Amino acid sequence: MDHRPQAWGRPRDDVYGAYDHSYMQENGPKQNTQQPIVTGTSVIGIKFKDGVVIAADNLASYGSLARFTDVKRLRPFADSSILGFSGDISDMQYLDRHLTELSLSEAYESPDKPRLNAANLHRYLSKLLYNRRSKFDPLWNHLLVGGLDDNGEPFLAAADLLGSTYSAPSLATGFGAMLAQPIMRRYVPDEESAKKLTREEAVDIVKEAMKVLFYRDARSLDTYSLAVVTKDGVELKEDEKLENQSWAFADRIKGYGTQTV
Amino acid sequence: MFRNNYDNDSVTFSPQGRIFQIEYAGEAVKQGSVVVGIASKTHVGLFAVKRNAEELSSYQKKLFEIDEHTAIAIAGLTSDARVLSNFMKQQCLGHRLTYGRPMPIHTLVGQIGEKAQINTQVYGKRPYGVGLLVAGVDENGPHLFEFQPSGMTEEMVAFAIGARSQMARTYLERNIESFADCSKEELVKHGLRALKESLVQDKELTVENTSVGLVGLKEGPNGRPSVEPFKLYDGFETKEWIESVSESQGGEGEGEGEGEGETAAAGDGDGMEVDS
Amino acid sequence: MAAMFSQNPLMNGPNYSFSDAPKTARGEPREHAFNPYTDNGGSTLAISGADFTIMAGDTRHTSGYSINSRMSPKVFKIGGTTANQDDATIVLSVCGFAADGEALRDRLDTICKIYRYRHGKPMSLNACAKRLSTILYQKRFFPYYTHAMLGGLDDEGKGAVYSYDPVGSYEREQCRAGGAAGSLIMPFLDNQVNFKNQYIPGSGEGHDLKERERRTLSRPQVETIVKDAFDGAVERHIEVGDTLQMLIITKEGIEEVFLPLKKD
Repeated sequence: MDHRPQAWGRPRDDVYGAYDHSYMQENGPKQNTQQPIVTGTSVIGIKFKDGVVIAADNLASYGSLARFTDVKRLRPFADSSILGFSGDISDMQYLDRHLTELSLSEAYESPDKPRLNAANLHRYLSKLLYNRRSKFDPLWNHLLVGGLDDNGEPFLAAADLLGSTYSAPSLATGFGAMLAQPIMRRYVPDEESAKKLTREEAVDIVKEAMKVLFYRDARSLDTYSLAVVTKDGVELKEDEKLENQSWAFADRIKGYGTQTV
Repeated sequence: MFRNNYDNDSVTFSPQGRIFQIEYAGEAVKQGSVVVGIASKTHVGLFAVKRNAEELSSYQKKLFEIDEHTAIAIAGLTSDARVLSNFMKQQCLGHRLTYGRPMPIHTLVGQIGEKAQINTQVYGKRPYGVGLLVAGVDENGPHLFEFQPSGMTEEMVAFAIGARSQMARTYLERNIESFADCSKEELVKHGLRALKESLVQDKELTVENTSVGLVGLKEGPNGRPSVEPFKLYDGFETKEWIESVSESQGGEGEGEGEGEGETAAAGDGDGMEVDS
Repeated sequence: MAAMFSQNPLMNGPNYSFSDAPKTARGEPREHAFNPYTDNGGSTLAISGADFTIMAGDTRHTSGYSINSRMSPKVFKIGGTTANQDDATIVLSVCGFAADGEALRDRLDTICKIYRYRHGKPMSLNACAKRLSTILYQKRFFPYYTHAMLGGLDDEGKGAVYSYDPVGSYEREQCRAGGAAGSLIMPFLDNQVNFKNQYIPGSGEGHDLKERERRTLSRPQVETIVKDAFDGAVERHIEVGDTLQMLIITKEGIEEVFLPLKKD
């Protein structure tokens, strides 16, 4: 056994095999991000008549390991918009620092009222993401931006690591696009129905969708953040617990694991 | 003979704490023909007298659109103004592209201010020989800014720069209370009257030599204010306005013979190619 | 024994001072995991008439089997003086990778604006068409992954459509369908717009058959053809649907129409 300090804390080759050098090369050509490392799962959002509700759980996974269980993935901007990040957590933190700088310089220019609204912010971020993908050095995130647009109407849009953008009455990233989006679309199939939805209804729908995500998404957590944005600002709760969970259905699921019947 | 040793470059202070080259650049502004700007609660107007270097030549433009929500009026070296205007156009396009919104006027003016200041602190550079009035609207409403070759910028309610502009400023000061609630039409009348104050004795406002530019806010589709894009009025579009002020002017009866100020500025097309 | 910690370079014998290209655990070169492109589906269609052009596209935005948005237009007005493009005269449609499409639209629009600053007049359609080709070719080795089309009126006031490949080859055409269902719509257009394979019944046998007389189409006829083409595409292609966006360019300006399509 090698007890030299260089060997401390390293996995033994005879047990784990040789280290795969493609992951960490100390010298050699610069390599850009090829895959996300610590990741956050779905973010979901829905528009209602006076604003937007958005939610994401507080988990940061390292592969299949639930690595950090208290990571806030919703970020308010200038108390007038909200951002939800899924994907790489370190890229999220980079963007967070970047946005802090942006909001400071904006506040310096115009201290009285925020001027970069959600629509402006979304355009800025999508340009940023698109520029990075064009340099083959992507920021590995898929994000939702919620708030109000130039006309004071509710605004909800997505931007991803390729710079793709789209907007809809309800949106979800990652697994949420498969699991939560169909539920939300039942309530808001189009803009007209989003205009009729009340705040309470929207929050209930999002909570319901978060529950389904926790049931079915293996990389999810039952502690989550939920934000409501209206013209009065952002109300962000970062320590919500999923309520009324019922695992009764689990009994009826067959064909997995150690089940024998 | 007395010789000023402190005006050989634009970066050296005189013992009195002055930088002469910057002051000389300020003189270039005073040789350009007069431009006036007035802001109300809803609109900003820019007004200019255009000069022709000689009878046979055309009139030199004074008002330039920068983006749909902002425009400038220039007094001084036209070629320097073109550099600044191209820069401002690019910045506005870039801002729209990255943020999807019109450039805030304060930010835009800050950028040219910074650009001009560099010329006063780096050896071998020359200050811009042009002054600007920057008019525009943004989410905080209409704005009017003054820009000087020193890099100085300041927000104004109403202002005039260029030859004999002191007369126009005096007129504006006398009427400052009324500007805020002016309609578009009233704004134009004030602007043209201010211009007239600054004209040399036997010169008149004509459809050939007068430019009017307006930008403002209008009622949007859902009651929110939206931008009424900058519009430049030249030639016959200004006819009725000019006629309307020539009548009322007679009524007010203000024909004091303004003596001073004529000396340096009055001459059309002297020496340097100054604005117009 | 110490050799089991093989990452100590000194123990592995002489080596280059930099490591080789990324390898997988099995020693094979590892592929770049990042792919800068995706396909957002959708279809576009352009038909030029005697004094008008119609540019159309569906508004669905997809990723794989998911519908991201049901209202994400891919037909844009270009080169107006204001941000809302009220006085625009040229229309660009882009299909394929939507982010590239929007970047291309922004680029072309900015160029049209700068042209206006410099020349004091709007860009003509054929100048704009040529410029679009050079923009696309500038990115020959990292292309905008889009099928672009440009529509408007030419210098004589006739309807004109230009269509492009992703790297800038272009051609003026009577009509063109592009995108996901391009290959489904194009044969329909050949038959309905250019009267291909239409013969006068009973006018002869085999080669003696007489072709049906070719007529220029009126605006209502073209609008019907566009709607029918998309109804057909929606039926057979999963990436097409939701809403049909139609921009009709005439000398009076550009009219925008939205018509419902199947949402399934």
